[in-house]
Amino acid sequence: MKPGPFEYVRPASVEEAIAALEDGGYDAKPLAGGQSLIPAMNFRLAQPAVLVDLEDLDELRGIRAREDGGLIIGAMTLHRELERSTLVAERAPLVAEVMPWIAHPQIRNRGTVGGSLAHADPAAELPSVMQVLDAVLHVRGPDGGRTIPVDEFYLGLFTTALEPGELLTAIEIPPLPAGATCAFEEVSRRHGDFALAGVAVVVETGADGAVARARMSLLSVGDGPVLAERTMASLVGRALSAESIRDAAAITAEDLDPPSDIHASAAFRRHLAGVLTHRALDRLRA
Amino acid sequence: MKQILELRVNGDRHEVGVPTHFTLLETLRYVLGLTGSKQGCDKGDCGACTVIVDGEAVLSCIMPVQEAEGREVRTVEGIAGRRGAHPLQKAFDLTGAAQCGFCTPGILCSALALLEVNPQADRDEIARALSGNLCRCTGYTKIFEAVLLAGQAMSSGREPAEIIGEP
Ligand SMILES: Cc1cc2nc3c(=O)[nH]c(=O)nc-3n(C[C@H](O)[C@H](O)[C@H](O)COP(=O)(O)OP(=O)(O)OC[C@H]3O[C@@H](n4cnc5c(N)ncnc54)[C@H](O)[C@@H]3O)c2cc1C
Ligand code: FES
Ligand code: FES
Repeated sequence: MKPGPFEYVRPASVEEAIAALEDGGYDAKPLAGGQSLIPAMNFRLAQPAVLVDLEDLDELRGIRAREDGGLIIGAMTLHRELERSTLVAERAPLVAEVMPWIAHPQIRNRGTVGGSLAHADPAAELPSVMQVLDAVLHVRGPDGGRTIPVDEFYLGLFTTALEPGELLTAIEIPPLPAGATCAFEEVSRRHGDFALAGVAVVVETGADGAVARARMSLLSVGDGPVLAERTMASLVGRALSAESIRDAAAITAEDLDPPSDIHASAAFRRHLAGVLTHRALDRLRA
Repeated sequence: MKQILELRVNGDRHEVGVPTHFTLLETLRYVLGLTGSKQGCDKGDCGACTVIVDGEAVLSCIMPVQEAEGREVRTVEGIAGRRGAHPLQKAFDLTGAAQCGFCTPGILCSALALLEVNPQADRDEIARALSGNLCRCTGYTKIFEAVLLAGQAMSSGREPAEIIGEP
């Protein structure tokens, strides 16, 4: 099949890209790695009239160290670059851990972190990972720049807080607090397929051995990344134990209202979410 | 709407007039006549369209052709050298790693992109590098054998046939 005709523009600066997007209104779309957008266009599930290719915008690429131990990642940075980066492995081990779960090598060679976050596929790994890491998204549009915490970015199925004409430019990840450990678990039919369910978790343990703060987000069980708020609260104030982990898994499964589709039933997804919560927390206790 | 692009494919320079909505795969197959790369699914699922761009395996069915400009594209047609088949191709032949052959061009490209960086890749690394390439015939075992054999040949400079003791 073939995409419908469209106009292709390749701006040389972020300002030009924003102007082109503003001109095109709802019919214009940014093109990053194209690994989600082009398949959708090949099957005419998406038919933008104008494609604004971000390919030449070098200012949107690269992984930079923040002085406080955090990271700033340009939106056009490839999945592959994150996968290979020693800086990411050191400072954001959860991001490094999740990369091999995202699609296949060919797709990681073209797909970008910004594209993944902006696309807002409920089965994508990075939205949940960035959510538990308290990442902040940098956005630029016709009216200037703003920042949006991941908690406020996802509004629904394939829907984000980005306005037409706005570009995601960078993702800022704060340093992991002292005493924090993290884990990621997912189940998919074959390696590289979209997840049937997945979970990302960060647990901060205080000097007394009790959990001081916990962040947990699930994927592929809702309209977007699902923050497991009651589970997080249940973990705080006591040390991770067989009992607290059993409680957390039960609460996670109980609170979800996952979709049923050809890949998995709602009941199976709920079951997986409990099991994966258990596995992820067990790893942090070990 | 058409546009004129300059592409480098298998070492050759081409100036091509292509509709703006063409993918790299469509340009290779329907403009340049390079039909080795296969159009299996057109949505990134099967890997039959895999080519090598600047040394990395990518899916040409979901790469807008404009993004190939200024880059070095290699397809299955460019794998053999002046002295005949590449060791990877010889290894596929010797181990029986191709049956219907539909997946083979894409698999050769994914495997070559791996072996050129890491000819000593082990079976797990090979399986991971080929996870995006579906084969409905072989069950993958012979493909993994072929890539392992090719890696041995490429790192030792010996012929694949010699390594397995074929005449
Ligand atoms: C077979 C297959 C399997 C896959 N499996 C997985 C998987 O398991 N997990 C996973 O997470 N992903 C998976 N993906 C998707 C892949 O990770 C994509 O790379 C990613 O979702 C989109 O990134 P992209 O750079 O290709 O974006 P594009 O496809 O170019 O864009 C996606 C959307 O985001 C918008 N956009 C892109 N960049 C920006 C920006 N900077 N600002 C504003 N809007 C922007 C575009 O307009 C478009 O609407 C898979 C893809 C395929 C084809
Ligand atoms: S044709 Fe490109 S992945 Fe199937
Ligand atoms: S040999 Fe037939 S699909 Fe692989």
